[in-house]
Amino acid sequence: MQKLKVLSLPYLVWMFIFILVPIIMVAFFAFTNNEGALTMENISDVGQYANIFIRSIWLAIIATAICLVLSYPLAYILSRIDKHKQSTMLMIVMLPMWMNFLLRTYAWMTLLGNNGIINNLLELIGIGPLKLINTSGAVVLGMVYNYLPFMILPLYSVMEKIDKSVIEAANDLGCNSFKVLFKVIVPLSLPGIVSGITMVFVPAISTFIISRMLGGGSNLLIGDLIEMQFLGNAYNPHLGAAISLVLMAIILVIMTVMNQFSPDDQVLI
Amino acid sequence: MENIVSLKNLVVEFEDGERILKNISLDIKDKEFVTFLGPSGCGKTTTLRIIGGFLEPTSGDVYFDGKRINGVPPHKRNVNTVFQRYALFPHLNVYENIAFGLRIKKLSDKEIVRRVGEMLELVNLRGFEKRSVNRLSGGQQQRVAIARALVNHPKVLLLDEPLGALDLKLRKEMQTELRKIQQALELTFVYVTHDQEEALTMSDTVVVMNNGIIQQIGSPINIYNEPVNAFVADFIGESNIINGCMPEDCVVEFTGKRFKCVDKGFNPNETVDVVIRPEDVKVVPADKAKLTGIVESVVFKGVHYEIIVDGVDHKWIIHSTKAEPVGAMIGMDFDPFDIHIMKKTEE
Repeated sequence: MQKLKVLSLPYLVWMFIFILVPIIMVAFFAFTNNEGALTMENISDVGQYANIFIRSIWLAIIATAICLVLSYPLAYILSRIDKHKQSTMLMIVMLPMWMNFLLRTYAWMTLLGNNGIINNLLELIGIGPLKLINTSGAVVLGMVYNYLPFMILPLYSVMEKIDKSVIEAANDLGCNSFKVLFKVIVPLSLPGIVSGITMVFVPAISTFIISRMLGGGSNLLIGDLIEMQFLGNAYNPHLGAAISLVLMAIILVIMTVMNQFSPDDQVLI
Repeated sequence: MENIVSLKNLVVEFEDGERILKNISLDIKDKEFVTFLGPSGCGKTTTLRIIGGFLEPTSGDVYFDGKRINGVPPHKRNVNTVFQRYALFPHLNVYENIAFGLRIKKLSDKEIVRRVGEMLELVNLRGFEKRSVNRLSGGQQQRVAIARALVNHPKVLLLDEPLGALDLKLRKEMQTELRKIQQALELTFVYVTHDQEEALTMSDTVVVMNNGIIQQIGSPINIYNEPVNAFVADFIGESNIINGCMPEDCVVEFTGKRFKCVDKGFNPNETVDVVIRPEDVKVVPADKAKLTGIVESVVFKGVHYEIIVDGVDHKWIIHSTKAEPVGAMIGMDFDPFDIHIMKKTEE
């Protein structure tokens, strides 16, 4: 036991310096003004940006929902095919992640652009050009594309552990494939659903690159707002810190609600 | 009694050409306790899965209650299965596991409460309704699995090595209990096991399988006393199996000596397998015996001693209530009707 404590020391130090201290500093900035006096002004100012918060939450929810719908059947199929096919398929799923995040998003910029490949094709078949880039749709697309693997992997790793004989037992007891899905597979994969949603929703709600590159100026998200307070023209680190703090609180609330759906006696990954 | 399940010329072949079942035909009577017995890989579980609908045979037909049911999915068959590792639903408690099949059938709540209650009584799990199945012992999980299958009132219950994961004492208790349940509910049980003792204790009919072929079908007594070939003799209890030949009817020659037996109808000098049960070898003084050997080891087994005797070209296993000193020279003799002569199996 004593030995274990000693071994955990480096991580404790790390946690303190790089996690705890920064959070305290963010909180400090959020509740002070330029003169260093305590104030609630920054927090109450966040209210002006309610529309941006709502838009961010809304787009992140849509992107998470699309990821879930796309990933669920894929993860299920993945978990049921032969082991060696599984690893090949998984590699294909992971492949985009090996490429730089910025590069991937740039690629979508050129694809969706007014003179991009997609619009050229649409023009050929007579239904184009459409406004694709700089729309909220493009932002959602970018989120789905970039975060899809974060949904597939936790779902897959939970589903892979579902014993084939449990599914056979459900068949045996009168379930057709549809009922097997809703009576057995969905309840058993709930921990994977919860962690998949977490892993997509959290980065999606706080992204700023995707919205900047694919959303144009009219689709500002919380991430962009925060960035503007620190690096942009609107320089105001106190407000930026306050926005970050509110965002953290929102995520915390949503995650707490999500975790209520996960049964205690099933292990979360 | 009518046949409830009939298998006709079942063949199962995998893509790589491996044949798991080679022409299995079998009739299972209503209310019968049938056991498929054989070593692992003999095709017993495969046969069970075909009856359950989890596997389609490459060729051959499956009849249930006189109707051909090839291609009918498991959820439309009037059979239920107790799986090898129980396969309970980990997200449901004991009560909901048992009620699962009834809820799928959309029975009324009143009916479900009644039938699940009946089952909990039957398998002695009253008071465990709310317990998570992950917090049950192996024996309790087993009971839930049995109750979950029986609550649907299937005509046939399939059991795939259901007691394999239990310890010896519990296994014996469950054997008696399963037999009681089968007789009380008047159901057909199709039971798969590799444990010969289990098969002999519980079954009305034992089907001995090896390499995808049925070796012998018969009552436990019949299988034990009259094994049709050396494989069955060896698999059902321990045996001394010696190469021999039949110079004439009722005379068999092995280890260079001739003995009287009761079998006839072999070709003159046909080579045969001679099977003698360890408890049928009589220990006699060495100077009065045709066969002698040196006692190599003596192990106390409870009711009897297991004595290994090094004969000229065979190591004999003898079960005797009397121990013999290790290293001693002893003689062995047999009654003619204890010498079982079997045709050599091809392959």
